[in-house]
Amino acid sequence: MKRLQHVATLSVIAVMTALFISGCGPEYMVLHPAGPVARTEFDLIVLSTILVAIVIIPVMAILAYIVYRYRDVPGNKAPYMPEWADSKVLEVIWWRIPIVIIVLLAVPTAKTTFALTKPPVQDVKPVTIQVTSLNWKWLFTYPDQKVATVNYVEIPAGVPVQFVLTSDSPMNSFWVPQLGGQEYTMPGMAMRLWLQADKPGEYFGSGASFTGEGFAHMRFKVVAKPQSEFNAWVEQAKQTSPALTKDGYEKLKQPNVLNNTLTYSSYPQGLFEEIVDKNGGIYMNHDFMGNKQKDQSGNMNHDMQNHQMLESMSH
Amino acid sequence: MSSIKDFASHFFVTGDPLIYGSDVAIVLVSLAIIFVLTYFKKWGWLWREWLTTVDHKKIAIMYLIASLLMLLRGGIDAILMRIQLAFPNMHFLQSEHYNEIFTTHGTIMILFMAMPFMFALYNAVVPLQIGARDVAFPYLNAVSFWLFFFGALLLNISFVIGGSPNAGWTAYPPLSGLEFNPGPGENFYLLALSISGIGSLATGINFLVTILKMRAPGMKLMDMPLFTWSVLASCVIIIFAFPPLTVALALLLIDRLLGAHFFTMAAGGNPMMYINLFWIWGHPEVYIVLLPAFGVYSEVVSTFSKKKIFGYKSMVASMMIISVVSYFTWLHHFFTMGAGADVNTFFAIATMLIGIPTGVKIFNWIFTMFRGRIRLTQAMLWTIAFIPCFAIGGATGVMLAIAPADYQYHNSYFLIGHFHQALIGGVVFGYLAGLYYWWPKMFGFKLDERLGVWAFWFWQIGFYVCFMPQYALGFMGMTRRIYTYPDGLGWGSLNLVSTVGAFLMGVGFIIQVWQILYSIKYGERDVTGDPWDGRTLEWSIPSPAPLYNFAVIPHVKGMDAWWMMKQEMKEKPAQIKPIHMPKNSGIPFIMSVFFFIAGFGLTFHWFWMGGFGLLGVAVCMFIRSFDYDTDYYITVDEIKRAEAS
Repeated sequence: MKRLQHVATLSVIAVMTALFISGCGPEYMVLHPAGPVARTEFDLIVLSTILVAIVIIPVMAILAYIVYRYRDVPGNKAPYMPEWADSKVLEVIWWRIPIVIIVLLAVPTAKTTFALTKPPVQDVKPVTIQVTSLNWKWLFTYPDQKVATVNYVEIPAGVPVQFVLTSDSPMNSFWVPQLGGQEYTMPGMAMRLWLQADKPGEYFGSGASFTGEGFAHMRFKVVAKPQSEFNAWVEQAKQTSPALTKDGYEKLKQPNVLNNTLTYSSYPQGLFEEIVDKNGGIYMNHDFMGNKQKDQSGNMNHDMQNHQMLESMSH
Repeated sequence: MSSIKDFASHFFVTGDPLIYGSDVAIVLVSLAIIFVLTYFKKWGWLWREWLTTVDHKKIAIMYLIASLLMLLRGGIDAILMRIQLAFPNMHFLQSEHYNEIFTTHGTIMILFMAMPFMFALYNAVVPLQIGARDVAFPYLNAVSFWLFFFGALLLNISFVIGGSPNAGWTAYPPLSGLEFNPGPGENFYLLALSISGIGSLATGINFLVTILKMRAPGMKLMDMPLFTWSVLASCVIIIFAFPPLTVALALLLIDRLLGAHFFTMAAGGNPMMYINLFWIWGHPEVYIVLLPAFGVYSEVVSTFSKKKIFGYKSMVASMMIISVVSYFTWLHHFFTMGAGADVNTFFAIATMLIGIPTGVKIFNWIFTMFRGRIRLTQAMLWTIAFIPCFAIGGATGVMLAIAPADYQYHNSYFLIGHFHQALIGGVVFGYLAGLYYWWPKMFGFKLDERLGVWAFWFWQIGFYVCFMPQYALGFMGMTRRIYTYPDGLGWGSLNLVSTVGAFLMGVGFIIQVWQILYSIKYGERDVTGDPWDGRTLEWSIPSPAPLYNFAVIPHVKGMDAWWMMKQEMKEKPAQIKPIHMPKNSGIPFIMSVFFFIAGFGLTFHWFWMGGFGLLGVAVCMFIRSFDYDTDYYITVDEIKRAEAS
């Protein structure tokens, strides 16, 4: 029985190790970061794994040893001290061990949390892409390029991308594991997430917060291309794709699953802002969406918006 | 005719063979129960001995039965989900059915399995451990139980009548709001939780007062057994945490029933308010159910190491620290909802801080075994298995607390792995340890060791096989609550492994059911009242405890009171006096039936029925208020006769 216990503990460690090693395969997206944001987060994951392992592996070893040594069998010569229940020295030691670990973790946590609110690189002009989660599909609008896509998003590689997120359906969460962690899309709010791809490639993305019947099918592709190819793609989209109209958007909004991707040469101006406002954004204060700078007609000046965003990044 | 047909097809859930099967099973089981009770003329017995009882020991048994049934129901939900996820592109369950199942699985396991299991242990143990004859408010205790019972019933009938809730156990608006969820399912959820929540809050107050006011003479707070301390800490959290939940549920219910806009952005409300209120309850809730498990481990590890608990003061301090700090962690459930970096950092660090007292407790349990004599009974096996399991669960919890890393873990299977490890490895293992430990005290016989050890290993192996792959799946980008996934992402094989693990745990549970049935017939009877060579007062009286618990209230001189008495070999003083006891009452049961009627009516927007139910509740309260015949005395003769038998 005691030996079985021992074997069980060891096998737990073995399974964990096996999982860790098998984490080398490319299907382990979180462990294969393809951009600076995901890499920062990956580094924290590795650091925290090591720090907690430093505590729990010895704990398990000590436990196995003690259970074995002090088992109640006839002739066990290990000391038995039924009244020994206090030791200042030992208690001081193990109040301190977790405190030290937590301090070691808290410092990089705080630093990284603040760092991730800024673009990953400062010397490249970022691009902004607006994301709207619908039942049950993803709409991407490109305020600078004026094109729109559904269920896939094209980004220039090596350029920080500011995703501005909202929802015209229950809240979802926008997640591209290889580029970085997720952020919620919430009706009436415009959230911000910085991501960046190192190199051209295709990356898996999905919704991470449950939105009902078709939720499992809310996947999308992120296609990173060199800037020149990205520009060419925009040009091509403008020339060959249909336009997204108001009616077209209403149709797109209908709850259903779309198993393909769509590309639009244009979309109604201010669509994203309208979606945010109509879902309650009028009650909110979105400084980085530029609502304060709205002109009388309700349309936004995108240069102004970008300018403001850059300003809010610096503090 | 067609309108009746139309109504029926909406009222009853139709079109799914699994549901039809359940319908048949429910009808058959109900008929069987009615037949057995009638045939053996047991209706009167049922009413007098159980439905009207205010005895904490019987209430404990009813909580236990209910929670084991709910464990079965929640477990079947889990198995169904794991079958659906075993392979890519499975067609075992439709999306909507899967969504209902994961919603009820979570709701039932937390609120209708863990909570009543915990209350079963509260009731079975606390009054005996502190040398009391009952809880402070026995009548209220019965009210609590029946409110829980009918709340659970209300949620459970939803899968055959009206349709189950399907917005996740957290029920975030707007998904759970009228616009996206017009059916009665979410109403079932809100009303069931509200009704049982009243009971939980009352239990929290009841046991807090019991522990503070009803301890045997001489028992100082710092002499209390650690399980009682853990219940005290847990009750403090219940009292502060349940009101926010009640408010959140009530506001969402008002949104849904009366068309208000507390959580509807478009009319100036805000769903974030719900999410905040929900988790202000939801995170402390984890510690509500976890702390009593910690209490169980402390008792078990000390008894079966034949040694005083190590670092008693640290143990008490760490539980009280956890009960306070648990209020400063709720936001870690939504680091990814756009709070500022400053807010995220605060809650990240506050969450990590919980790891400090928890870590200390683990060291203290291990050092209680150090220089002891360890008997590997079933209770001890579950306790020892808890330590590595919870160490990993706690470690992944600390990893999740790191806000920027959480952006990658959030809503992924890494999270699913973590909280199942904390809740099964921490809470379920603890309650099972407690069940095996106190079973002889509750029922007068031991549970068979051999079968128990088999069940233990099936559970253990099943657990790791089921949940370790889920951490890996999280790293592979698999998100929670998806009913299917495509081929080609590499998720298939690990999901299959996980499903196998779930089945192994299911086998473990079946063996345990068999173990209970087998032991009822063949289990070793406990004639001493102290089968484990225990240390605390509950082992100083016969098993099962007599109606009045202690013929003579003991005088306590320090920690581990029974152990001290055994060392001193002191004779029990024989000065028996008449014992003042509360009378049974049918009102808690009847009042809870009216709550159920009200809840059922409101679920379907039948306000006349809701009003009728609430009126019935008011009448019950009125009647009780003028009932002065609530107590009686057990005579000395009766006590002597009971003690002699």
